Amino acid sequence: MPTYQITVNGASKTVDVAEDTPVLWVLRDHLDLVGTKYGCGIGQCGACTIHVDGTAMRSCSLTLSQVEGKSITTIEGLSENGDHPVQEAWKEMDVPQCGYCQAGQIMTASAFLASNPNPTEEDIENAMHGNICRCATYTRIRKAVKIAADNME
Amino acid sequence: MSTNNINNTLNRRSFLRNTSLAGGGLLIGFNLFQACKPKVIKEPAIDLASLDYNDFNAFIKIADNGAVTIFSPNPEVGQNVKTSMPMIIAEELDVAWKNVHVEQGILDTNNYTRQVAGGSQSIRFGWDALRQTGAAAKQMLVSAAAARWGVDPSECTVSEGVITNAAGETLGYGDVVKEAAQLEVPEDVTLKKPSAYKIMGKPTPNVDIDEIITGKPLYGMDYKADGMVYASVLRPPAFGQKLVSYDDSEARAMSGVVDIFTIGEKVRGLAEKDPGVLNIISDSDKVVVLANSTWEAMKAKKAIKAEWEQATKAENTEEHDKILTDLLDGNKFETRRSDGNITKAFAEADQILERTYESPFLPHSCMEPMNFFADITDEKIHLVGPIQTPERTAGFVSELLGRAPEEIHLEMTRIGGGFGRRLFGNFAIEAAEISDKAKKPVKLVYSREDDMEDGIYRMSIKYRIKAGIKDGKVSAYHLKEAAVNSNMYGLIPHFFPAGAIENYQVDSVAYNSNITTGAWRAPYTNFLAFAEQSFFDELAEVMEVDKIQLRLDLLDKVKPEEDERIQYSPERMKEVIRTAVEKSGWGTKPDNVYQGFVNYYCHNSHVAEVADVEIENGEPVVKKITCVVDCGIVVNPLAAKNLVEGGVLDGVGHSMYGDFTFKDGKPTATNFDGYRLIRMKEAPLVETYFIDNGLSPTGLGEPTLPPAGGAVANAMKAATGNRLYKQPFTKTPELLKVPEKEIIG
Repeated sequence: MPTYQITVNGASKTVDVAEDTPVLWVLRDHLDLVGTKYGCGIGQCGACTIHVDGTAMRSCSLTLSQVEGKSITTIEGLSENGDHPVQEAWKEMDVPQCGYCQAGQIMTASAFLASNPNPTEEDIENAMHGNICRCATYTRIRKAVKIAADNME
Repeated sequence: MSTNNINNTLNRRSFLRNTSLAGGGLLIGFNLFQACKPKVIKEPAIDLASLDYNDFNAFIKIADNGAVTIFSPNPEVGQNVKTSMPMIIAEELDVAWKNVHVEQGILDTNNYTRQVAGGSQSIRFGWDALRQTGAAAKQMLVSAAAARWGVDPSECTVSEGVITNAAGETLGYGDVVKEAAQLEVPEDVTLKKPSAYKIMGKPTPNVDIDEIITGKPLYGMDYKADGMVYASVLRPPAFGQKLVSYDDSEARAMSGVVDIFTIGEKVRGLAEKDPGVLNIISDSDKVVVLANSTWEAMKAKKAIKAEWEQATKAENTEEHDKILTDLLDGNKFETRRSDGNITKAFAEADQILERTYESPFLPHSCMEPMNFFADITDEKIHLVGPIQTPERTAGFVSELLGRAPEEIHLEMTRIGGGFGRRLFGNFAIEAAEISDKAKKPVKLVYSREDDMEDGIYRMSIKYRIKAGIKDGKVSAYHLKEAAVNSNMYGLIPHFFPAGAIENYQVDSVAYNSNITTGAWRAPYTNFLAFAEQSFFDELAEVMEVDKIQLRLDLLDKVKPEEDERIQYSPERMKEVIRTAVEKSGWGTKPDNVYQGFVNYYCHNSHVAEVADVEIENGEPVVKKITCVVDCGIVVNPLAAKNLVEGGVLDGVGHSMYGDFTFKDGKPTATNFDGYRLIRMKEAPLVETYFIDNGLSPTGLGEPTLPPAGGAVANAMKAATGNRLYKQPFTKTPELLKVPEKEIIG
């Protein structure tokens, strides 16, 4: 099996896996970073969202060759102490119910706010539309993204 | 119904343990329901005959340093019990919430029994007993301090875990915990008045919030053990099929594959002892792939070539549609409630309205796909994972393997969504058979496709409702239910409008399908509320009376004191109706806002919802839902509001988009590309109001969902002129169009 060098949360990692292994499963099964969640495997639900060079991407639909030489950030590496403004806002709003999709929601929101620090409500809805929450915490996600945007200014 | 009607006398048998811990400290185990049986436990919350509400326990651990740990016995599926149940204990124990550490209890059949997440019943059943647990522990600690000081306990006061005597001396709980552990458990305790609450009623963040937002391992999917392999299972692709043969030569050669074998024998053995298990699991052989990683297991499964035979009928949605209609037209009903004489009343009626409502099957779509860990050796049975019914599942595994229940150690993980699906532990049964055969620790993981194709779905149902109108009043009401596999249970036939109409009858009939079905968030009422409340809307139009007044007039006739089957309170229902009228601005909105009204009772709570639909770019759009809930005392308003909003949006989403059909025994959708869930842009605003009446808490996880579909349908009628009779509403897009003149106007 081929060996890949990838950078995850600032650390260089060597992984030895089949070339078609999605980054999601490399993170979860090989690197013990289980914060990134499996939801659908086809890029439809957003539970597996990570940052690749700062852009939100679906890790279930990425192969290792697509991320070699790039910098991956997962929920575990979004901030050192869980205090990224988006995490703080999620905490302030107490967004989660079951919580399973929330890492993906937070990763989508944090990449979005980095590129659009002053979003309108419509911008927020468009940005978060790709992430499914079966508990339907959408009302709070909307507010939390707005709070995070305000606090990042 | 007041908060002060509880029995303050504790039964000695209530306490199972009062133990001095080896490492110091006090552990109190408390058998909640032997202490205090709620007055009314008539209604089975979910249709599982095996549920037993008689016992229910909690544990408090107080260390020598005063640190308090509260073990939460019930599975946490997102309904907040891991936070709100310990809050109730901590309130009466009188400790500072910030000093409380909460841990998930394991399945412990000796000491806990109602370890179930289902039916919106955890807080309702736990209310009195959880408070008494905290109060009893507090009294023991105070008595120990009083004894040390040589004063009467009544001279002592407590605040946040510190006991103070009349002289102003203080002792912490940790200082007296050793002596307290030696004391008899008190038989009488004094509970706080709601006005004295310091923890309950305060917005309290989820105890797992830090772990969730930083991605810590919490869920079954995240669980790992030394030497564990991953299992992916190839199951019959269609309901009614059985495995004939398979070729795994290609799969065996793939990377990471550890073993490939079949299971099924033990399930067939289990079914001989307990045939009911076949309602949740197929008795076909299934092919198991064990691999070193999830991806390798899932990938190798796809490389297996299998032949299947259709052992029982391959069913189709069109066929179900016809069967259910034929059943409604037929006479094979079982009568569930009958008041007066509907035949006579219909014959004498001035006018009759009859309508039929249709719903599809629905998958649960928990974001965390089904999974379970099993490590079965000759010495032990270790099970870990997300399960709403741990005890029942452990019972299945014990029978499956022919092993004693005491050998089972079952740990519950945080659950990535339940909605009823994880009441049915078919995945845990599979995991156990796999580990037993492989002699390895195994984690069974469903792909999303497995999850959607091997579902235990919300059954397709049709309701036909007929009302007779005589002299301007509703004189007769006949509700008929035709459902796949099972019918409405418990007290549902006695929900509103039972008791309000003199001639009233509820009949049901079921068609037995080989498609597995079961509880889905707010079973039966999740669709019945839409049917009945759409019907009342139309009935008011036919009668040319005010829609709200029709409901209020009917409620005036209900006398629950004369009929013990009627659990809903007409007074509480009227209060949510009046509040919803006021808060939603009912009847006072500008011309471009179209409103739909629903009131409903289920899971012991009363709810009214108003949907606001506006026309945007020529399309009717649900913009807002006003939701008024009477669930009694709200333990944790922060979580309760979240749960209300989620329930409402879940109801809006599934009634608008949830479409799940079968062709040749197979679901036609297998993932979220073919099955639509509500997303951010479709989610209306939700405004939540709780009725503040100081009454004991009732259900909240489910009751806000059922009214939402009806509120949307009634608002859509107002906006488009079209009545909706079939869910999902997007299935009939022509009915969601606004008449031309409205757009121009």
